[in-house]
Amino acid sequence: MAAVSPSPAPAPAQDPDPVAVAAAPAPAAPSPAAAPPSAGSAPPAALPTAAPGPPGPAALPGPFPGGRVVRLHPVILASIVDSFERRNEGAARVIGTLLGTVDKHSVEVTNCFSVPHNESEDEVAVDMEFAKNMYELHKKVSPTEIILGWYATGHDITEHSVLIHEYYSREAHNPIHLTVDTSLQNGRMSIKAYLSAPMGVPGKTMGVMFTPLTVKYVYYDTERIGVDLIMKTCLSPSRVIGLSSDLQQVGAASARIQDTLSTVLQYAEDVLSGKVAADNTVGRFLMDLINQVPKISPEDFETMLNSNINDLLMVTYLANLTQSQIALNEKLLSL
Amino acid sequence: MASRKEPPGPASTVSSVATKARGKAAPGDSAVKQVQIDGLVVLKIIKHYQEEGQGNEVVQGVLLGLVVDDRLEITNCFPFPQHTEDDADFDEVQYQMEMMRSLRHVNIDHLHVGWYQSTYYGSFVTRALLDSQFSYQHAIEESVVLIYDPIKTAQGSLSLKAYRLTPKLMEVCKEKDFSPEALKKANVAFEHMFEEVPIIIKNSYLINVMLWELEKKSTVADKHELLSLASSNHLGKSLQLLMDRVDEMSQDIVKYNTYLRNTSKQQQQKHQYQQRRQQENLQRQSRGEPPLPEEDMSKLFKPPQPPARMDSLLIAGQINTYCQNIKEFTAQNLGKLFMAQALQEYSN
Repeated sequence: MAAVSPSPAPAPAQDPDPVAVAAAPAPAAPSPAAAPPSAGSAPPAALPTAAPGPPGPAALPGPFPGGRVVRLHPVILASIVDSFERRNEGAARVIGTLLGTVDKHSVEVTNCFSVPHNESEDEVAVDMEFAKNMYELHKKVSPTEIILGWYATGHDITEHSVLIHEYYSREAHNPIHLTVDTSLQNGRMSIKAYLSAPMGVPGKTMGVMFTPLTVKYVYYDTERIGVDLIMKTCLSPSRVIGLSSDLQQVGAASARIQDTLSTVLQYAEDVLSGKVAADNTVGRFLMDLINQVPKISPEDFETMLNSNINDLLMVTYLANLTQSQIALNEKLLSL
Repeated sequence: MASRKEPPGPASTVSSVATKARGKAAPGDSAVKQVQIDGLVVLKIIKHYQEEGQGNEVVQGVLLGLVVDDRLEITNCFPFPQHTEDDADFDEVQYQMEMMRSLRHVNIDHLHVGWYQSTYYGSFVTRALLDSQFSYQHAIEESVVLIYDPIKTAQGSLSLKAYRLTPKLMEVCKEKDFSPEALKKANVAFEHMFEEVPIIIKNSYLINVMLWELEKKSTVADKHELLSLASSNHLGKSLQLLMDRVDEMSQDIVKYNTYLRNTSKQQQQKHQYQQRRQQENLQRQSRGEPPLPEEDMSKLFKPPQPPARMDSLLIAGQINTYCQNIKEFTAQNLGKLFMAQALQEYSN
């Protein structure tokens, strides 16, 4: 379990300053195996103890079991990116609150809103009033959502993050911190989630460490369809798509199936010609696929098909009839 | 951008900004030729319905954005809480104003450009929708109502339509005169009530990056609802709704017919009365007595009240929408059936 740390600040954690706990930058070394501690001996020793155990008391119901999964809806990501694009001049990143529900086994983030904040070299100011207000308003629409944590754009966790996290831990039990890397480091927009855990030498200044969590994307069915549609804008040069009509959609769906079928065919041919080693599981799946087409005797199928087609044609005819009827009615009325 | 005055009512934002942003459209034209929606708005609408709108309740919300030339750009939205009886002190206007004020702080476009509503099997042509859209369009010329059909979307393809009231209908609503004569004068047929505005969806580059990332990390969708052949349930329900509306329509027609019959009967009676009067007057003249005074016709024969035609217009419009939806649906299904036939032929 890698501990993630705010790398820029090299300040030693062992300063016996009576500074507030969260203000002390997390002293953890960048990776458990590697680097010598920035100064002093405490951090690496603290790592093994702090990392694996789930944060003990008063966490989400029960310790975060299983693989510590955070389930994210795509609407959150879209909101975050949008608020990043609309940030104020000079702001390097935006932050906001995450709302959602807690389940017995996982945490599901379903909504978010951005919170204005100011960040400079040595201080950070978050408009807490605003955050509270917005939460109240959101609660009116969906009363089941609670504050789960907060998000920030940017690829790193800074000391200011720790302060903000401290504030959010007052609002929610064991808040989650989500980072969305809009600066596109390494050419990817990495999306990560963290939980915080206290660490340090007991008795001396305590620091905070962020442990990563797995992020899974969940969709409602309709959401999936919406996302698939929106994703098409990636392919169009002007990033614009229109909504297609009925038969076009069927055509598009069948084109997709055709593509997948041709991939499968290609694979089969490769295996037959010996280019690729045959894999039995794939072969079994292929068998299932072929057998999906039900074996019905041609006469039965004819009757079924014809009755269905008749139903549909009749309905079309009736719909047309109704439409002409009301048009006629209009005409008569306006005589 | 001029600063926006705080609106006193739910829909009456001052449209000063809107008018500055576009030139005056020709009076017969509609001000909006195209609606451009951000992907974010689509996702938010879907999510709102999914979480709050199970059953026959409609969910509603407000659309925010701006107007560019003849294009309406919708960049954000927020949902409206549903009406609950036990929330007597809930103030809609206040909620809206607070929300917009807060959104302004985070630089989200706070110009009201319309509203959205979910619909059940396509039944959205109601008096309430007409009134709301009228007040919106009256205050903000370019506003649209987005109708989201979740059931059709669940069947495989996003169903989102943008509607506006035609200028003709706006005139009629302004007068608030829904009698047959006024409507005849305005020449409003049910096809000219709402006009559909084409929608395009646009995303920024960064959102595209995010979508690629999402696609890499998510599992492939394994449900292909669009190609499913099981359609009788949906068809049955749509037909049921259509039948109800047709029944209403026929009742309405009967009412109108009775009205017409009453009017014509009354005309006859008036005519007879007049004739009798004239005859009496002639007789009196021949006898030398003063003629009877002409009595006020209208006091004797009160004309029957003409029924308001707006309801029947709405019903006709709704029937039209149902029919169109059904036809689309059957066209799709026919296509699917033929494909199934081809598969079957091949495997035999």
